[in-house]
Amino acid sequence: MIQQIMEPWRWQSLLAEWPKFASAFVTTLEIAVFALALALALGVVFGLMSTSHNRLIRIIARVYVEFFQNTPLAIQVFFVFYALPYAGVALSQVTIGILCVGTYTGAYMSEAVRAGIGSIPKGQFEAAQSQGFTYIQTMMLIILPQTIKIILPPMVNQMVNLVKNTSIVTMIAGGDLMYRANAFATNGTMSYGPSYLLCGFLYFLLCFPLTTWARRYEDRLKKRDIQTAEQLEKVEEGLA
Amino acid sequence: MIKLVNVNKSFGNLHVLKDVNLEVAEGEKLVIIGPSGSGKSTTVRCMNFLEEPTSGEVYINGTQLTHKNKTEIIRNSTAMVFQQFNLYPHKTVLQNLTLAPIKLQKVPKAEAEELAYKYLDIVGLREKAGVYPSTLSGGQQQRVAIARALCSRAKIILFDEPTSALDPETVQEVLDVMIKLSQENITMVVVTHEMGFARQVADRVIFMDDGRILEEGSPEHFFENPTHDRTKAFLSKILK
Repeated sequence: MIQQIMEPWRWQSLLAEWPKFASAFVTTLEIAVFALALALALGVVFGLMSTSHNRLIRIIARVYVEFFQNTPLAIQVFFVFYALPYAGVALSQVTIGILCVGTYTGAYMSEAVRAGIGSIPKGQFEAAQSQGFTYIQTMMLIILPQTIKIILPPMVNQMVNLVKNTSIVTMIAGGDLMYRANAFATNGTMSYGPSYLLCGFLYFLLCFPLTTWARRYEDRLKKRDIQTAEQLEKVEEGLA
Repeated sequence: MIKLVNVNKSFGNLHVLKDVNLEVAEGEKLVIIGPSGSGKSTTVRCMNFLEEPTSGEVYINGTQLTHKNKTEIIRNSTAMVFQQFNLYPHKTVLQNLTLAPIKLQKVPKAEAEELAYKYLDIVGLREKAGVYPSTLSGGQQQRVAIARALCSRAKIILFDEPTSALDPETVQEVLDVMIKLSQENITMVVVTHEMGFARQVADRVIFMDDGRILEEGSPEHFFENPTHDRTKAFLSKILK
């Protein structure tokens, strides 16, 4: 296998196909960006719903989360691609990728949001209520900004999973990066090694900046907390 | 100004308020005392519907509070100071003060900040405008919370044990601010154990026990010849 990877002509023929890989990369990026937007929106909405005082709303959120967490993404994608057309709903592979990966990841994100909201002291809700903020204002201005520090790490995990999970549309010939790599490798050349290596590298290019940014941002928040603690010490010294 | 009519409140099987009737006049300084679990906090929390009564009516300026109108009424007429301060930790002191005026009362930012500085002067914390609440001592945080309440320009300020969570040496700085405040035409309802404060500031004192108002009168009445044995026992314990 190593020998196969090392053969220069395989890489040359691979690189000759770079426009196809580039367009597949863009397709993957497109699915990822829109699915991410959908997942974040669903995550916040269902996360909020799962902390509602209304039982029915909580149950709806629960059903959503349990349904998508406990069934394979592949089945969801196949269902929409193969079964829904019989009900008159025919969607493009990219659209299916966005919808399925978005709703699937949204379920996990909503759990992160729910946990984040649950960690905010009750007094914060009461202060907002006593000032006359509506429920939505309370969440958007006061509660959710405070949850960022807590939910950032699990959220970024989910974002990275989302990017990688877009490769599921390969199974329905989605024209994405993974599909392109597969097509190249099986197209007579048998250059599996170079093709998948390049493909993996391109996914890495998408995910690595995300995790790096998240780690830095987390460090910065932590540093701010340390500064706060130092300032507090000074205040206490001043009092003593 | 504030009127409670036959207010009852139960938490599950626990009957916390039993037919509480109470009227607070405009500009009146009312102090509520009583042993823990007597329902005094619940009483003030019913006044801004942080707790909605199980039965009975609450009127603010002649308008009956309902689940529907509470946010609107509360926004314009009442503010609350909590035992745990409940400042917004992700906002600076200045932002804590201007958030509600800008977002709710639609005051222009510059004007809201001017108002905020004015009240920071009153509580003696102008130089802390730019810091985060977590860098302040408990007494300072509570003074900021009082300034925040003032910034709403509400005519009614509810205090729920404002000094109970403070270190002994910072209690007085908060009481001093409240005493200063009592010279204004603001209706103050204060749940507290600070008898010195009650004696100095209160127009009327209410003693609650077991969910009922057991006795009410002037501070002098309470300190010189309370009627009920229960009141005497409580006061003798607290005044020592």
